[in-house]
Amino acid sequence: MRIGDFRASYRHDEALWPTRVQRTGLLLLALVLAVFPFSANGYLVGLACMVGIHCIAAAGLNIMTGYTGLISLGHAAFMGVGCYTAAWFAQRGLPFFVTLPLAGLFAAGIGIVVGLPSLRIKGLYLAVATLATQFLLVYVFREWDSVTGGVRGVNVPNASLFGLELNNDHRMYYLIVPVAALMLVGGRNLFRTRVGRAFIAIRDKDISAEVLGIELLHYKLAAFAIGSFYAGVAGALLGYFYRAMTPEYFTLQLSVFYLAAIIVGGLGSMLGTILGAVFMTLVPELLRGGVAFVAQWAPSATEILSPIQQVVFGLLIMGFLVFEPHGLLEIWRRVRRMFHLWPFRA
Amino acid sequence: MSAGFDWIALTEFAAIGLLSGGLLALIALGFVLIYKGTGVINFAMGEFMMLGAYFFYTANVLWGLPTWLALALTLAAVALAAALIERALLRPLSGQPVISVLMATIGLASALHGGVDAIWGGNNYEMPALLPRKPFTPGDILIPGQIVWSFALAAVVIAAFTLYFRFSKTGIAMRAAASDPLTAYVLGIDVRRTQALTWIFAGMVGAVAGIVVASMTSLSPALGGAALGVLAVIILGGLDSIAGAIVAGLIVGLIESLTAGYLGGKVRDIVPYAIVLVILLIRPYGLFGTRQIERL
Repeated sequence: MRIGDFRASYRHDEALWPTRVQRTGLLLLALVLAVFPFSANGYLVGLACMVGIHCIAAAGLNIMTGYTGLISLGHAAFMGVGCYTAAWFAQRGLPFFVTLPLAGLFAAGIGIVVGLPSLRIKGLYLAVATLATQFLLVYVFREWDSVTGGVRGVNVPNASLFGLELNNDHRMYYLIVPVAALMLVGGRNLFRTRVGRAFIAIRDKDISAEVLGIELLHYKLAAFAIGSFYAGVAGALLGYFYRAMTPEYFTLQLSVFYLAAIIVGGLGSMLGTILGAVFMTLVPELLRGGVAFVAQWAPSATEILSPIQQVVFGLLIMGFLVFEPHGLLEIWRRVRRMFHLWPFRA
Repeated sequence: MSAGFDWIALTEFAAIGLLSGGLLALIALGFVLIYKGTGVINFAMGEFMMLGAYFFYTANVLWGLPTWLALALTLAAVALAAALIERALLRPLSGQPVISVLMATIGLASALHGGVDAIWGGNNYEMPALLPRKPFTPGDILIPGQIVWSFALAAVVIAAFTLYFRFSKTGIAMRAAASDPLTAYVLGIDVRRTQALTWIFAGMVGAVAGIVVASMTSLSPALGGAALGVLAVIILGGLDSIAGAIVAGLIVGLIESLTAGYLGGKVRDIVPYAIVLVILLIRPYGLFGTRQIERL
């Protein structure tokens, strides 16, 4: 399929999507995404919205963990910061195109503070530090009643554009998906710049990177800031999507969910992020469907749905780590390689 | 020294805190064994505790076996489970990046948690009280008996392990493999076997701790989350130091008890994590941990 695609100029070589097949495919994908809500029911559209939000958050975590090598177990807490920021400003009448960036910036600010120790500690120690941050921030969400509404949670007013209230899933879809697309393309672009390449150098060996003239503190903090910015925007969208949020949503489980998504999808790749986010959102839904099917004959099956989801979640993580450490991305690549010369034989 | 300050309450909080620190040190020992032996923080430690407690409950209460037999069966079952886990999950991942191994133990935690929930259900079970409840009353203060006895039990287990590592041949081999796997391998120590043994020992330590914690409170899948707070102990003590785990266990127990007494339970729950952050900022390798020096 890719036969006859030669890179004859620097511009062509540096293009974000160098081949015609890729560009055509993306155009088709964009068209499908644009008309999807017209052909799907509310359940599927809602699911697509969640996939979009998960994509943004997972992309942020992949920038931190997959590209820069800074393990974070506190991603959900950064999302919480974004969500509460957006809620606070939205309640004071600011429109979503102001609150979304603000949510991202506030989360990025907290991210920088949390990232400060990352110059001294890394690996497991950083994982434990971010884990501690996760618990401390959720404590703040629970106790700071005047801003977060405490355990009762917070209400988020509807987002609206030119007087059109985005009050159902179909309308939210047209907010979430473009934002997700923008941020994913932005993420892909980031790693063609000096900053992104510095991140990758730090991941591969931070001391070597420093010797090569990369200011570790600046770039590690930048990675934390960018990753948390993504989380903040995702959290804000989550708030608009659910219209109400409690601290119980931003738990350690959610942080682990995103780590699982990028590991299952593929560390250090935006495509892997998308594959992982889609896969990890769909698996619990498929399980729910499967259990509902079985429950026709064994009604007690529904009671063990949530434990089964936990078991499958754990098995997926372990299975991918042992058998396919590069994730779904590697499977995708293998499949694609088969079709490189198609329809000719290799 | 202000008048009317309740010194008795302070002494009581402090005594209870120090004594409950013994159990923290025991759980921390499980973490430290695995970190020393294999360089992994086992995020499934709490699930080992949970597994041990559920096995014991099944053998002792549901099957009606005597306590000593139930305990022996539980330890054997947990040891077997730990060996299987080490063989099937951790060994294929040895040499992989930190995040892979970290996530593997988190995935393991999720699978074990869900499995226990699916088999035994999410209900609270009442465990038989293993330790005498009769309170101790030295002077004017009152200390619940279970806390004192749990401290004694933890001390015995920790002392036994310390002696084992100090004097037994296998224990010395394990220490050698932990300090330098390659050299140990060259000298004829079966490093794979010592690593498997490490997981088995840690699983058994976790099971004992789990049974004791469950018998002092109650048994539910929530027990699995209890071990995360112990991260404060191992970070404070230094990830690879058993002595550090003991000292830090007592310190963290004391701090937790004092905050619970004077600031309330909600604050107590996050105190371990505040301790973690402060230590990582000031002294990342903890009180007794090995300072890591990196070279290119």
